[in-house]
Parts: sequence; C-alpha cells; structure tokens
Amino acid sequence: MARPRPGQLPTLDRRSVLKVLLAGAGLAAVPGLAACGSGGSAASDPNTVTFGSNGSDAKPKQAYQAVLDAFAKQSGGLTAKPNVQDHNAFQQNINSYLQGTPDDVFTWFAGYRMQFFANKGLLHPIDDVWDKIGGNFPQAVKDLSKSTDGHYYFVPIYNYPWGVFYRKSLFAEKGYEVPKTFDDLINLAKKMQGDGLSPFVQGFGGGESWMLLGTFDYLNMRTNGYQFHIDLMHGKESWADPKIKSVMDSWKRMLPYYTPGASSKKWEDASAALVNKTGGMMVIGMFVGQSFTSQADQDDLDFFAFPEINSQYGTTAVEAPMDGFLLSKNPKNLDGSKKLLEFLGGAAAEDTYLSIDSSNLAVNDKADTSKYGALQKKAVQFIADAKDLSQFGDRDSDPGFIQNVVEPAFAQFVQSPNTSDSLLTQIQSQKSQYFQS
Amino acid sequence: MTVITDAAENVAGAGVSGSRRVRRLTGRDKIVLGLMVGIPTLLHVALVWVPTLVSVLLSFSSWDGIGGLATIKFVGVQNYVTMFTVSPTFWPAVQHNVIWLVFFVLLPTPFGVFLAYQLDKSIRFTRFYQTAIFLPVVISAAVTGFIWQTIYDPDNGLVNSILGTNKPGVAYIEWLGDSHLNLWAVLIAASWKQAAYIMILYLAGLKGADPSLREAAALDGASEWQTFTRVTFPALKPINIIILVVTIIESLRAFDLVYVVAGSNGTKPGLELLSILIANNILGESSLVGYGSALAVILLVISLVPILSYVFQTFRKEQQS
Repeated sequence: MARPRPGQLPTLDRRSVLKVLLAGAGLAAVPGLAACGSGGSAASDPNTVTFGSNGSDAKPKQAYQAVLDAFAKQSGGLTAKPNVQDHNAFQQNINSYLQGTPDDVFTWFAGYRMQFFANKGLLHPIDDVWDKIGGNFPQAVKDLSKSTDGHYYFVPIYNYPWGVFYRKSLFAEKGYEVPKTFDDLINLAKKMQGDGLSPFVQGFGGGESWMLLGTFDYLNMRTNGYQFHIDLMHGKESWADPKIKSVMDSWKRMLPYYTPGASSKKWEDASAALVNKTGGMMVIGMFVGQSFTSQADQDDLDFFAFPEINSQYGTTAVEAPMDGFLLSKNPKNLDGSKKLLEFLGGAAAEDTYLSIDSSNLAVNDKADTSKYGALQKKAVQFIADAKDLSQFGDRDSDPGFIQNVVEPAFAQFVQSPNTSDSLLTQIQSQKSQYFQS
Repeated sequence: MTVITDAAENVAGAGVSGSRRVRRLTGRDKIVLGLMVGIPTLLHVALVWVPTLVSVLLSFSSWDGIGGLATIKFVGVQNYVTMFTVSPTFWPAVQHNVIWLVFFVLLPTPFGVFLAYQLDKSIRFTRFYQTAIFLPVVISAAVTGFIWQTIYDPDNGLVNSILGTNKPGVAYIEWLGDSHLNLWAVLIAASWKQAAYIMILYLAGLKGADPSLREAAALDGASEWQTFTRVTFPALKPINIIILVVTIIESLRAFDLVYVVAGSNGTKPGLELLSILIANNILGESSLVGYGSALAVILLVISLVPILSYVFQTFRKEQQS
C-alpha cells in the first residue's frame, strides 16, 4: 500500500464533498470511532499543552501527574493538562484519535508502531527537540526514536527488559542453577516438575494472548538471530520457513512444563505462583514486579537472560520495549509542546516518573540510578550490554497482523501443538493482507 | 423499507381523503405530515441505509482507515476470496454464530417461557422470584463476563470447586481456556441472561392474556400441558413472534460477553464470532476496513434471512386475512 510522505496531507477536491458526506455517515456506523475526540477545550491557550495519556493504571497515572506537576513548576506559567484514557482503549482508538483532535503530546511506543504513524504523516517531527536532549541518550535509544525517514519523532521515558524471572531463595533452597543453554532450561524445568513445582508460570488467558509473543520473540531471536526476527516481524520473511518450524519445535519442548490453566489465567493471576513459590520461572517483562507487594519478596526477585539456542547468536539480543511520547501532526500549542517534550526528555522528568513507578528503567544516561534496587541495577546493565534491542512482537510488527493473525494462531498452537505446521502456513497466507508495500 | 413506504402511502391516502372535509388546513397538514414522515425516513436512510450501502461498497476495497478517500483502493472481491479460502477464523465464526442461535432457540428461550408460565400462577413469593431471575438482565453484559470469569476460574472458581475439578494432574477443567469447552461455557453464561429476558417478556404477555380462556380449558378437562400448548401458547402469538425475533437478534449480535472473556486481543480458538472478527478488523491501530466490512456484509446477509422470512410471512398472512 502506498504510504504518503510525512507532512503530505490527503487532499479533497470539491467533487468529493458528497463522497465525504457519505463516508462520514459510513464511518459514524463504525462503533468506537465515536470514542475519539477528547478534551481539547483549551484550543488556543498559549499557556496550556494537552497531554494524552494511556497511563490509566494507578501507578503510571500518579507518576505522569507528578511529572506534569514538576513541568508546571519550572516552565514559567506553562501547564500541561492530562487527558487520561484507559490503556487498552487508547490503543484501540489510536487511528481515529490521531485523525480527529488529538492532544498535543501523547504517550506511545517506540519501534514499528511509531514509524507506522510517522509514515502516515500523523506525527510532527521533533528534530529540534533532539538537538537539545540528544546528549542524554545512548545510540540504541536514539535509533529507536527515529522513523524510517531519518527524522526524530519520539521522546523516550523508560524501558524495561523481558527475561526469565525467578526467586533467588527458591533456587538456592533447591540447588537450581541458572541455565546457560536451552537444553539446560528444559532439564531444569524437568527437575522442577519432579520437585512438585510448576516450572513455567505463564498466563495468557482472557484477552491476554499477547503474553505468548514474548516467548516466541526470544525463541526466534535465539534460534535465528535478531535480524531475521525483525525481518520476519516486518513481513519480509516467510512464516512457513523451516527456520520458524524449528522455533516452534523448541517451543513444543517447553509446553509440557507450563502452568496448568495457563490458557485460562491472566498473567496477573498466574504470577501468584511466583509470589508464593509454587512456580519456578516466568518468561515475562520486568512489570511482573507489580505482583510482589512485600518488599522482602520483591528483593528476592531476580531474572536471567533467555538462554542460548544457537551459539552463533548467543544471548546478545534483548527484548526491551520502550515507552515515550509523540507530538501530534497539528498541535494546538507547538512551542509549548516542544518545551514539554524537552522537559520529558530530561533527567528530572525521568527521575520523577520512576520514583513512583519503579517497575521500569530510565533510558536517560543522566538519570539518577543511585536509588535503584539490585534488580533494577541488573536490568540496566542487562540492557546496556545488549547488542540489539527488540521492542516486542506487537511493537516490532503491524499490530493488526499480530492481533488478528499471529496471536490467535499461537493461542491455537498452545492448545494443540501438533498443528504448528498448518498454523504457520495460515499465518503466511494471511500476511499479504497487512504487508503490501 | 417496505413498512415505511406503506406507512407513507397510508398517511398520504388519509391526507387526501381527509382534505375534502378540512380543505383550509391542507397546507399545514401537508407540512406536518411531511415532517412526521420525512424526518424519520431521512434519519432512517441516513443512519441505516447509507452506512449499510457504504459498508457494502467498502467491502470491495482495501483501506487502513488512515488518510482521505483517495487512499481507498478498490480490489474487487478479493476480501471475500480471502475470507472464504484463506482466513482460518471465518468458518469457525460462522459455525459458532449458528450454534449460538440454535442453542438459544432450543434451551434458554423455552426455559424462560417455562419460568414465566410457572411464575404467572399465584405461587408464594412470586415477586421475589421474578426479581431474582430478572436480575441478570439488569447487569451489563461486560459485568456478566467478569462474574462468569470468576465462576469458571480453574483454580478457585465456583464450578470447579463444586465439581472438585480444580486439581491439576488429577482432574482439571479449563472452562474458558479449553477450545472445545469455552463456547459452551459462554453459552451457559449468556443463557443466564437470555432466559431471564424471555421470562419477563413472556410474563408480561401472560398477564395480558384473558384468564377465562384457561378457565374454560380447565373446565373442559384439559391437562396443564394441553392448556398450554392448545390454548395459552396460540393465544400469545404476538408475544411468541417478539420472542423469536429477540432471540435471533440476541444470538447474531452476541459480542460483549465473549469480548470480555476472550476477544479483546485477537480471537481465542473456540470463541470466534463474526461480531468479534468485525470489531477486531475495523477497530484498532492497523485496521483492515475493507476486510472488516466484508465480514459485516456476511453478518448482514445472515441476519436478513430470518428477518425477511418473518416479514414475508407476516405480509402473506395479512393479505390472506
């Protein structure tokens, strides 16, 4: 499909006025579009910047508010007005949101998902902001903040790694060792099962099929390398490739050790097994820390890199999704928005945010890491040592493709692993709907 | 549409015949009548027919919903070909919609009628029973979904605790996780609402029915079953039709309960429904508006079958009488 260059706006000639009316009526029939448009009441107020936030959970909400308050304190009269929307609904409605009256600055994700909207001309480039904040960030982060046209669109605030999380005390008590290779991992799982533990604590029930992607991403990067994985995610490689078959074969070896009921539980419920030590390991992001309410348990939480499968690729690729901010195409307050983005790209904003939501990590070199716990320190090092940073299945690829094609196929795979070949063929045959360019 | 044209003709006819008597008011009458017919017609066309036709049009296109109309690319019947031949979720979705419909017609609807019939007799605490049974209808479908999610929880849920099937390795049932069970589990949850809804509709009908009919049947020595099948049920024909239509509509538009339990992140094996596929394809970040519209057209065609057969039947009977 032809993607317009950024800045190029779709034009309407006079003849198509009627067509517009018709299409308008048609679109009105699409449920959910009505949910677009949001509190942009301060149309031309030079002292207000609107801030669209998907941080509807308690901690992010509180943390963003603190950041915006800190911004107001030092900006000399400029305030940012938050417009908090439900996390998932925000993503569901993003198309109509961006084409309607979006907030000036809004929260989003790095990677293909940001580039997609940049290529559609729905974002405002912020190279001048990066001239000021560029010195704060390492190269890998800078690369992830640019779109395919070489311009900057994204200001990052935090990231967090995916890994295999476990309890130090449990490993010490049972004499388990951190596995170096995939075979070690499977042997460890077998041993855990013998000890009456649930080896792989996983939960992808309800609407949480996305949890499966983390395991697939790592298996694929370990088996076929980072570049192949990204090419696959961008639709450039075939899903019917024998390389993917071997990924699924490795995955099949893990499945017998999954928590009973993994297909029915959400990760929040499944992770209880990690908290009460009835489970051994969990392939998940660092946000799993949110399940640990007691400080002692939290200090006991540790993780290791998803083990090596192919020695050619080792464990150099790390899945570390990064969140941050974008500037909408026509912000009502462009200067104010850029000031806000500049502040958000500074160490102070990051420190403020992370002082409240500590399940994430600063990406800013100048951020204060002195208050980090052992786990956070390890995670920062883990990401810093990585050669390549992947984002996550649904951030590195077309989200519709992942949601409507890949996730249902994976959910089916977990139920009936023997169908993996035909599932891969199905994914491949549906791919062309999403990647046409 | 037929209904509206007929109504318009009737009204116009009345206007003409009436105009002989009240000629002075003709102008205003025409305006008033024109507005009374015109506004609903306009709204109906703008809100129902135009979107429907645009959806049909879009179903032959490929569009991601971003950018102006110039970015819509027409691709012929490709979306339909993909749907029928490539998509692994389409045929299961059709199948599940049909199962849903048949299940609703066979179980919760007759059960709702049964409940209504029992509650209509002046048993003790009938008002309490009515309220208790009707309660699920008041709760929104999304909340129903959350409630049943906890009921079906494999470890701590009510069902598995009672059955003792919450012991992994020994006996363990994943009601919502197992692709062979989840549709039936959801259908039971949906029936909980549906039976209650039908109960209240039918009860209203029974209250309005002439009690002397039943008395007469009883005097003639009819059994309870005979009274119901030969007297009450035929006497409540208008209500029966409403219930049938409501059941069909409820089955085809089934969405929210499944969406809460499984659908918000792609579909789950075993719980594909056309409505869920439409929402997942049209909403969201990278939407396939054309493909989603094609799915919607299929749902429209399926919906038209019972609706048209009902309309034709009604009109045929009216003509006969």
